[in-house]
Amino acid sequence: MDLTLKIWRQASAKAKGKFESYPISNISADCSFLEMIDILNEKLVRDNIDPVAFDHDCREGICGMCSLYVNGRPHGPDDDITTCQLHMRKFKNGDTITIEPWRAGPFPVIKDLIVDRNAFDKILQDGGFISANTGSAPDANAILIPNREAEQSMDAAACIGCGACVAACKNSSAMLFVSAKISHLALLPQGKAEAAIRAKAMVAKMDELGFGGCTNTGACEAECPKDISISNIARLNREFLCAVILE
Amino acid sequence: MSLTGLFLVVFLCVHLFVNLLTLVDADGSTFNTVAHFMGTNIIMSVMQWVLGAGFILHMLWATVLTLKNRAARPVKYEVSTNSDTSWSSQNMFISGATVLAFLVLHLVNYFYKIKFTELIESGQMSEFELVTSIFQPQYWYFSVIYIISFILLGLHLNHSFQSSFQTLGLNNTSWLPRLKFIGTLYAIVIAVGFSIIPIFFLMKALL
Ligand code: HEM
Ligand code: SF4
Ligand code: FES
Repeated sequence: MDLTLKIWRQASAKAKGKFESYPISNISADCSFLEMIDILNEKLVRDNIDPVAFDHDCREGICGMCSLYVNGRPHGPDDDITTCQLHMRKFKNGDTITIEPWRAGPFPVIKDLIVDRNAFDKILQDGGFISANTGSAPDANAILIPNREAEQSMDAAACIGCGACVAACKNSSAMLFVSAKISHLALLPQGKAEAAIRAKAMVAKMDELGFGGCTNTGACEAECPKDISISNIARLNREFLCAVILE
Repeated sequence: MSLTGLFLVVFLCVHLFVNLLTLVDADGSTFNTVAHFMGTNIIMSVMQWVLGAGFILHMLWATVLTLKNRAARPVKYEVSTNSDTSWSSQNMFISGATVLAFLVLHLVNYFYKIKFTELIESGQMSEFELVTSIFQPQYWYFSVIYIISFILLGLHLNHSFQSSFQTLGLNNTSWLPRLKFIGTLYAIVIAVGFSIIPIFFLMKALL
């Protein structure tokens, strides 16, 4: 395949960025999207051009590190996958592919396609945990959990914190991420105890960091690589409203 | 947002019901009786202010929310979204602003004439005649503007009905498709229901 890549280049957080076009040829349809950028980078290094900086780690869809807004969609033109799981067979010979970093105020660009997603960690530090004494491992059957709740909690816990939900949302809202974290804890007896304080603290942090408000467009759910459902957002709203009203 | 929105949703049902009464008899006596009742009883004169406040709060929150959400993305994307979402959900402010523009015209057309002129009291015109006078062939543009606005209102409602339940936390995986279905049905009933009225009187005048 021969392609043209239109990529956002920005030397540093403070520098002004712009798009650069790079032609690339002989790309196999079986190549993964990130491998394709590796090939481009090898060529750029040979030509004495600074290679394109992008995030990646596991390259098997579990770490949440890879990002990239490809042709108007976070993680590119396929459903329920991360960018490292995207393959070049999703594109056609001669295509121009526009690659942008996640765009959101709380996710500033560090370099080229890499953004700073520490805002998510800050939200987690304000409530994404349970308070429990550590010690020897507790008896696995001491607290019984109905299968339905366990399954729903596990579904929410599948969130890998990639930020595609924020990137896809027209409001840069972090509600899907926060609701996944809230749900996976609130559905379990161990997490229920602190559910109300957690909901308030995490929502307050999310607003403080400058994420937008949710208007239920569903773009997050459509782009989430782990298929986190927006019914988690309804649960977060419920937890939050109850916490505020009962206060 | 959701509470004021749902309040307006209920208001639209009442409004549509009363308006459809214009179609039940040729001389409009049923509509006149109900319109007169609506215009004179104490509950309605209180509700009128509540309704005004509902609209103003809804629009204020809508503006604050929209501005805040736009500010949350200081650098825009080069390629606009290709994610699988509805047009309604992406353009709530546009459909809302059209409804607002329509509302101004609508208030000038009716509310102003009924409340601030002697038109009805002096017996010059009944409420029914006032309604039909706007939907005449020589004022075709009023009917066109009204119908376009009803379609945009329908689009606003298509997203907003289910959205308000989601905002209030009254939703889950089984209820989301049901609420979406009811919301779309409601939006169609409102858009078609209100549109029938200008279409009916135009046809009547022309045929
Ligand atoms: C009869 C008129 C109207 C009705 C029945 C109505 C109804 C609703 C409802 C039920 C919601 C959903 C609330 C939520 O999701 O929590 C909503 C949202 C909204 N409305 Fe209205 N509305 C009307 C007029 C207007 C007007 C005049 C504006 C003008 C600016 C407007 C702008 C908005 C915006 C920006 C949103 C929120 C954005 C979103 O959820 O995507 N609406 N409306
Ligand atoms: S909810 Fe989905 S899109 Fe959002 S951070 Fe988690 S895995 Fe990524
Ligand atoms: S690199 Fe780990 S999920 Fe893509």
